[in-house]
Amino acid sequence: MTQESLYIIASIGLFGIGLYGVIVAPHILRKILAINIMSVGVFMLLVVSASNMNSTPDPVLHAMVLTGIVVAIAGTALALLLAVKIHTLSRDSDKDDH
Amino acid sequence: MDSLFSLDILLPTLVGLPLIAAILTTLLKSPGLRASISIAMALIQLIIVATLLLWLSNSGTSLETQYQRYSLGGWGAPLGIDLAIDGFSALMLALTAALTLVLTVYSRYYFFEPHSRLDKTARFWPLWWLLIMGINALFLSGDIFNIYVTLEIIGLAAVSLVALDGSRAALTAALRYLLVGLLGSLCYLLAVALLYRAYGTLDLAQLSAIAEPTAITWAALALITTGLLLKTALVPLHFWLPLAHGSAPAPVSAILSALVVKTSFYLLARFWLDTLAPAATDYGLLMLGVLGAAAILWGSIQALRATRLKLMVAYSTVAQLGYLFLLFPLFSPDEDARGAGLSGPAVSAVGYFIVAHACAKAAMFLAAGNIMRTFGHDEIARLHGLAKYMPLSLFTFAIAGASLIGLPPSAGFLSKWLLLNVAIDTAQWWWAIIILMGGLMAAMYVFRVLNIAFISVDEKAQTEPKNLPTNKLPTIMSLCAFLLAMLTIVLGFNAELILDLVTIGDDV
Repeated sequence: MTQESLYIIASIGLFGIGLYGVIVAPHILRKILAINIMSVGVFMLLVVSASNMNSTPDPVLHAMVLTGIVVAIAGTALALLLAVKIHTLSRDSDKDDH
Repeated sequence: MDSLFSLDILLPTLVGLPLIAAILTTLLKSPGLRASISIAMALIQLIIVATLLLWLSNSGTSLETQYQRYSLGGWGAPLGIDLAIDGFSALMLALTAALTLVLTVYSRYYFFEPHSRLDKTARFWPLWWLLIMGINALFLSGDIFNIYVTLEIIGLAAVSLVALDGSRAALTAALRYLLVGLLGSLCYLLAVALLYRAYGTLDLAQLSAIAEPTAITWAALALITTGLLLKTALVPLHFWLPLAHGSAPAPVSAILSALVVKTSFYLLARFWLDTLAPAATDYGLLMLGVLGAAAILWGSIQALRATRLKLMVAYSTVAQLGYLFLLFPLFSPDEDARGAGLSGPAVSAVGYFIVAHACAKAAMFLAAGNIMRTFGHDEIARLHGLAKYMPLSLFTFAIAGASLIGLPPSAGFLSKWLLLNVAIDTAQWWWAIIILMGGLMAAMYVFRVLNIAFISVDEKAQTEPKNLPTNKLPTIMSLCAFLLAMLTIVLGFNAELILDLVTIGDDV
């Protein structure tokens, strides 16, 4: 098994673990983490492909990974904000009940 | 003047203009100024699209390729990013520009609360324009990675707009929408990585020239399909749509149902029938059609069972999206004809259906928003007296409903007629049964609302004395919804306008 195929299997594996987590995990925080694991899997595949194609790394793929990371941060931040707001709202409504 | 109206100016402007609007509305302090700028920008955008269409139809017959292209910054593919336009994307851009104008005017009044401490418009306008920018950029993208970025821009802006209401229900719906959106985009991004590994290009046109039916192309197409079906909310992946579309503010619901879900459908059509057509098998196309048929039936049943008006309209979107997916089995029974671009009778029919549904559904959501604002709720069972208090909104709802059902002379009727014709022509009559059943069920849920609306308040006065309209509604809000509903009738009489547009760029 070459080093490259090891990385590819690992990246697909990460994607799969993340996908499983998003679908199965009950807690919202775990779902958000699972989404991040999925994106790490995709980024890894992109980086592996970049190192593979030529003797010098392919900068297009590196640019794609960077863009992907920015998007992932924005998405995670929005998801966390929404989760916190929902949590605060439900805690307040619980207080009102008692 | 030639240089001013060339593609080099027009295409980047369509992406740049909404971005400028987003920045301006972020910077400006005065709510009135923000709204005025937005309306002006929407007007300019419509003029630009109209110019673009004129330009395209004048040069349409002499096109060598079906795509008109423009390289950003002068860097051509594969290194640079190309903007590209063909008949189908031109139609979608025109629809976007027209709906943006009407919905922007509506939003100006919808969010206008002069005495409120909390100024929602400060958050609404920038997000609104980012969403429009994302939609325009998606229809213009000629590059699969660029499409990923636009998908994310649309997703993040749409989620934030759904959450704008701030209620717990809206936030929960928004969070679920966000997770589904991210999941879909990641599947899509993985497919992009696979395609780039296999073919070494991100350009749509180059991919379509060299794509082969290999295992890796199949895997990529399967991932793209999964990701985009989640975003389009085709049954059985529709679970997030009704809540998200049902809890958003009225103009946001309207644009989500009319345009945002169709962006991912547009991409699916692009990949299955054009770019990755060699990998598209008959079974795959049939499967998408079957899911579409299931969506028509299931969405209609859920719409019949819905207790809230906006939820009913949202489920009706699930059903109507099903019709779009009939494109895949109906596109062409001849395998060799695929991959030659998005055109043909089935594409014309579905393109027309998209326009008809967008106008009707936007009108319906605006009418539902008006009703909710006036009555203070949108429970269907308590809408007695609607016909007396809000005749214009109810009339709007009825006309939009007639188009959804497919009654002549509406655009909905013609689009279904075209679909039926294609189904008969390609000897696939079983789709015709589904199309007709969908119309019948749409009639049931539309008439259910009309039926209750015409029960007068007096008959029910003893049981529900508080069921009277309380809030005053600006006339222009009713007029915006009415305008969209009338558009479905006008388009019903002028179908060739739309149909000509789809075939721009076809070799004549």
